[in-house]
Amino acid sequence: MPDDIVIDAAVDITDVVCPVTFVKAKVAIDELDDGQALSIRVNDGEPVRNVPRSLKDEGHRILRLSDNGDGTYSLIVRKTG
Amino acid sequence: MTADEGVAGKNFFGGWFDMIADYATLKKGGFMRQVQRDNFSMRLAVVGGNLTAGQLTVIAGIAAKYGCGRVHLTSRQGVEIPFIKLGDIDAVKSELERGGVSVGVCGPRVRTVTACQGADVCPSGCVPTYALAEEISRRYFGRELPHKFKFGVAGCRNNCLKAEENDLGVKGGMSVEWAESDCALCGVCVKVCREGAISMDDGAIKLDALKCNRCGRCVKSCPTGAWKGEPGYLLSFGGMFGNNIAQGREITPIIHDRDALFRAADAALDFFAANAKPGERFRPAIERAGWDAFKTHVAAALYA
Repeated sequence: MPDDIVIDAAVDITDVVCPVTFVKAKVAIDELDDGQALSIRVNDGEPVRNVPRSLKDEGHRILRLSDNGDGTYSLIVRKTG
Repeated sequence: MTADEGVAGKNFFGGWFDMIADYATLKKGGFMRQVQRDNFSMRLAVVGGNLTAGQLTVIAGIAAKYGCGRVHLTSRQGVEIPFIKLGDIDAVKSELERGGVSVGVCGPRVRTVTACQGADVCPSGCVPTYALAEEISRRYFGRELPHKFKFGVAGCRNNCLKAEENDLGVKGGMSVEWAESDCALCGVCVKVCREGAISMDDGAIKLDALKCNRCGRCVKSCPTGAWKGEPGYLLSFGGMFGNNIAQGREITPIIHDRDALFRAADAALDFFAANAKPGERFRPAIERAGWDAFKTHVAAALYA
């Protein structure tokens, strides 16, 4: 995975809980154009386990998941369709 | 009174008395005696909690016409229509039949097969559950045994359906394999694995097969399809959740082939019929005969 992914927008979903986590991520990704990349800051635990799959099921492409070292992760997603 | 005693009693009291007194036969046919004399709660046959809108309409009509205008949703996904009068039983049965609804069972036999919605509907599902529950029901529903016997089918390890409460529980799972060529090393699988079975070192993914519980979450969440999963069934035997409570035990490895699943189920039911005392549940029967003897019996059928 190349490290030079251009991030077009970012959203923090660490301030909400399931199922609003997915809704907030979905609203953010809906505002992008096809092919743009979104960085989503998610909490460890259920959100990092479930949000990637929900976005995949919506047809988007997960590019990377990185540990921020503070109990949160950054999930980079490319809007697809 | 047993069904046989009821038939013998006909000579003395006539058929009408037998119809009233033979509760065992009524119970077998899904009519549960109520506290209120000559009132029965009518149990319907439901597989996997799945009813059509048409069937629900028929049930609602019967409840309004012959019952008290209510139904009871049972703890095992069934429907009962309470306050059916003794004299209306035949009319109710034929109206239900015409409407595509069958009567359930109670007593010492294979009971309602329960199921979650499974892979046909639920994103977490590893296997389709309705078709399997229907097949189990077709093969075994109502089969006479020393005591009640319950099957439950859960589509995945989330186990919303609580498979291990059943005498024979089925859970969907997956045997998984990682394909390096398809992997983008995004790291999602490492996080989604709840067993800590997946690690990523030096650009390679490693799976600890001993830690893997075959939940299939890596397959479901992998963005590039690098995790391949072969769906299968995780079986548990000897669960019960009534006067005595016991969790069903997994004694077989994941089973990928449906015929093998039915060979294992046949073996379990045959073992129960051959080894249990009348009125003894499956679990104590296994424990009396010994888990080793039971495992050997199931393994022989499985690897036949």
